[in-house]
Amino acid sequence: MRENAANISSSVTRRPLPDFVPCIVAAARGDGNRVTATLHCRIGCREALAHNRKKQQGDMTTTIYSARKIITMNPARPTATHVAVRDGRILGAGTLEELTGWGDHIVDNRFADLILMPGFVEGHSHAFEGAVWRYVYCGWFDRVAPDGKNWTGLRSLDAVIARLAEQEKALPDAAAPLTGWGLDPIYFDNVRMTREDLDRISKDRPIGVMHASFHILNVNTKALEMAGLMRTGVNHPGVPLGADGLPTGEMKGPEAQGSVAAHVGLDRAMMSGDERGLRDFARLCVRKGVTTATDLANPLPPDTVEMMLRVTGDATYPARIVPLRRYLGDDARGTIEAAAALAEKSSDRLRLGLVKLVADGSIQGFSARLRWPGYYNGAGPGLWYIPPQRLAEALEAALELGVLVHTHTNGDEATELVLDTMETALRKHPSADHRFTLQHCQLADRAQFRRMARLGMSVNLFPNHHYYWGDEHYALTVGPERAERMNACRSALDYGVPLAIHSDAPVTPLAPLFTAWCAVNRVTASGRTLGETEKIGVYEALKAITLGPAWTLKLDGELGSIETGKRADFAVLEDDPTEIAPENLKDVRVWGTVHDGRIFEAAKI
Amino acid sequence: MTLSITTPKPVTLISGYLGAGKTTLVNHLLRNAGGRRIAVAVNEFGALPIDPDLIEQASGDVLTLAGGCICCSFGDDLTSGLVGLASRENIDCILIETSGVALPGSVAQSLSLVAGLRHEATLVVLDAETAQKLARDKYLGDTILRQLAEADLVVLNKIDLASDDTRADLRDWLTATAPRAKIVETEFGALSPDIAFGAYAPSAFVADAPSGHGGAQPQSQSFESECALDLTRLAAALADEATGLVRAKGFLRDSGGDWKTLQIVGRRADITSARTPQDGVGRLVCIAHGAPLERERIEAILESCKPSDSSS
Repeated sequence: MRENAANISSSVTRRPLPDFVPCIVAAARGDGNRVTATLHCRIGCREALAHNRKKQQGDMTTTIYSARKIITMNPARPTATHVAVRDGRILGAGTLEELTGWGDHIVDNRFADLILMPGFVEGHSHAFEGAVWRYVYCGWFDRVAPDGKNWTGLRSLDAVIARLAEQEKALPDAAAPLTGWGLDPIYFDNVRMTREDLDRISKDRPIGVMHASFHILNVNTKALEMAGLMRTGVNHPGVPLGADGLPTGEMKGPEAQGSVAAHVGLDRAMMSGDERGLRDFARLCVRKGVTTATDLANPLPPDTVEMMLRVTGDATYPARIVPLRRYLGDDARGTIEAAAALAEKSSDRLRLGLVKLVADGSIQGFSARLRWPGYYNGAGPGLWYIPPQRLAEALEAALELGVLVHTHTNGDEATELVLDTMETALRKHPSADHRFTLQHCQLADRAQFRRMARLGMSVNLFPNHHYYWGDEHYALTVGPERAERMNACRSALDYGVPLAIHSDAPVTPLAPLFTAWCAVNRVTASGRTLGETEKIGVYEALKAITLGPAWTLKLDGELGSIETGKRADFAVLEDDPTEIAPENLKDVRVWGTVHDGRIFEAAKI
Repeated sequence: MTLSITTPKPVTLISGYLGAGKTTLVNHLLRNAGGRRIAVAVNEFGALPIDPDLIEQASGDVLTLAGGCICCSFGDDLTSGLVGLASRENIDCILIETSGVALPGSVAQSLSLVAGLRHEATLVVLDAETAQKLARDKYLGDTILRQLAEADLVVLNKIDLASDDTRADLRDWLTATAPRAKIVETEFGALSPDIAFGAYAPSAFVADAPSGHGGAQPQSQSFESECALDLTRLAAALADEATGLVRAKGFLRDSGGDWKTLQIVGRRADITSARTPQDGVGRLVCIAHGAPLERERIEAILESCKPSDSSS
C-alpha cells in the first residue's frame, strides 16, 4: 500500500517498550500546554500489542497523512491539516503536533496537495452498475467505465448505430448477442429507434439496446424472431406496432422486455449475482470517491451471499458493500426473519441484514402511485408493487425484530401509505431508533416531510433524476408545480428529516459529487432551474453524501466523518468542494480513495 | 393424449386481494383437476401456496405436484417465467395466481408476448363479506375496481358467510363494477375446473358429466349441430345473462361453412379458426353455475342462429 515511498518522510521514532508501562491513551494540545493522560495497563504492553495484532490481524503502524485540507464533517473540528490512521481506523484529525502524541508514527505526505473528505457513502445504488459495462455504452453523456476508459456521449442515432457496428466486429461468435445500454432518445428530439435501425448492424445476430431509464429496450428483427414476436396479433401496451402490424422493436416495461431480454444477452441473474460486476462496481466506487455503497435490491440467494463475502473479503477489494434484500412474494415475516439471520454473516466489507421494499413504480413509467390529481397527462393512478397488508406485516415484523427497512416510494401516495402504515406499526412496536428510510420519495410534500420527522423516518432523495428527467416531469408527468417541489431536499432539512441523496446507479451514474451538485443547483439537462426554494447549500449536500446516508444505514457511528474512532475511509480529491464555485461542484476531480487505511488511486485501479 | 405442440396452452388468471381465497381456490382446482396437468405459476413460494399433501417433490423453482401438476415461481420476471412454461411439455393448462395488487388485464396482455399461450379466462376472487369495504379503501379501492372491471368471472367466495340481503346487494354492485363479468358464488373456493379451464377431456371433445365437487354444482350439457350457424349472433345470445351460462365451448361451422372454435367466458366470446372434426359433427358444451341450465333455451338459441338464407 505504501509503494510511493518517496513521499514518506522519515520521522519514525522508536521508543523502547517497557514490560509494564504507563501507556499513553490520550494526548491533546491546548494553548501550548501539552496535557498527557496516563494509565497503567494491567498487562504488559508488548503482550497487549501482540494480542491485538493477532486478534485484528491489522497494521498497528501509525501513519499520519498530511493534506492540503481535510474536510472532516465533524462540526467540532471542521477542517484539519493531518489525520492519523492506525489499523484502518482514524486516531484523530488535527495538526501534526497534536497527532504525534499518539506515539510512534510515520508521516506520509502523498496527499499533501490533495483534499481529504470522509469517504462518500452511496445510499442507493445497484452493483449492476459494474456489470452493465460489459454492454456497449450508447448514452448521450460522457461516462467513465470501470477500467477508466471515457466513453464519449453519442449525439445522434447514427452515432449510436456506428458505435454498435464497430463493437459488433469484435464479437467472436456469429450468433452472440450484441447488447447496448444508456440510450436516451429524449435528447435526439425523441426520434424513436426501430428494429430496422438495428438491422443495419446485423440481420443474423440478436441485438438489444437498453435505454438510460432501463424502462425501454430496443431490439432488432432477429431478436423478435427468436422471441416468436415477428407476428401480428401482439396486443400489449408496451409493444408498439408498425404499419405492418408487426412490433417496431421497442419494448417498454419489464413484461415486454422479459420476452426478449434473454435473447439479447440481458441476463437477469447477472444483474444481482455477478462476480466480475461486483469487482468492477468497486473500481467505479474508487473513481468517484465512494468507500461504502449499497446494492439496494438484491434477492441475495445463499450462493450470491457466499460470492459477495468472498469477493469483498479479498485483501485488495476497495469498498464496503451494503446489500439490501429485496422483498418479493407473500411471506413478509419470513423475509424479515431471513434478513435478520443474514446479519450474522456480515463481514467488515459486506454488511448484511437490511431489507428493501418496493411500494410503487416509476414516475416516468407512469407506474408511481400519485395522489389526486394524478399525472399531468392524465395517465392512470399508477400501480402498487406490494399489497398494503404485506407492507404492514413487513414493517411490523421489522420493528419487532430490529431489522432496518428501506422502502421505495416514488409517488406521493406511496409515501403516504408508508407513513400511515408506519404510524400504526410504531404504535404496536414502539421503536426509538428504527431509521426506516424512504428511498426516492421524489414527490413528497412538506406535510409528508413533517410526518416523516415525527415518525423518526429518514429520506434518501434523488436529485440526479431532477437533472436527467426534470424537463420531462415539468412538461409531461407531474406538471410544473410538482416538478419544482420534487426531491425537496430543503424541506427535508427544514423539518428535521435526516437526508441522504443518491444516484440509483446504473440508472444515473455513480458520482456523489455530481449528485451533490444536482441538489445544490437543481438544474435540468436543458438548463432550467427547477425549484429554487428546494436548493440546499454545498456543506449540506456534502453531508447528504457522507453522514446522511451513513445514518440511514445505521453506520454513522463508524463512517461519514473524519474523527477519532471511525474507519479510515477517505475520498481523496484534487479540488476543494467547499472552495470551488457551487455551480462547478460536479467538476471536482477525484484522485481516489482510502478504504480502511488502504490506499486506492483511481488512475491505477 | 398430449396436446400438439402447436396448440396454444390456455392460461387462466386468478386475481383478487389477499384473503379473498385465491390460494384455497388454486388448491381446490389442483385436487379436482380431472386429468388436467396444471402448471401453477406464483410470484414466489414464500408462504407455501400449495397444500403440503399435494407436493410430491421440491427442486429449485419447481414443485412437482400430484396428478402431473407443477407449481413454479417466476419472481419479478413474469414474462420469462411464462416463456419457460410455454415450451414445457406435459402441461395442459396454466394457472397464474397474481399478486393481490396486480391488474389481471396487464397480465393478460403480457400473455400475447409469449408464443404458445392463450388467455383463457380471468377470474377475480372476492371475499363476499369484505369486498365492498375493500373497494372503498383509500389506497386499494381503485385497484380492486380495476381488477373487477377486467374480470371475466367474479368468484364471489365465502358466500356462506353473507346474508341474503348482502348477496342481493353484492350482485347489484357487481353488475355496475364488473360489467364484463358473470358472477359465480362459491364456498371454500370450490369452483369446478370446467369453469376455470373450460370443458376438457384428455382424449376427445366430449361433455363432462356433472361431477362431485363441493359447493354449487356446475351444470354441464352438450349439444350437437350439423348446421352452419351465425356464430357472432350465437355468441352474443349465449353470453347473455338470461341463459345462466358462465362458460361455453364449441366446435361449430360458421355461416361461411368454415369450422371455428367458439369460446365464451363470462360475457366474453372468442371465435377462432379450427380444424374439421373427424366425424364432421359440430358440438357445443355449455356450463352453468349455481342455477340449472335450461336445455330448451339453448336449443332455441341454436335454432335461431341458423342463417335465414341457408336454405336458399
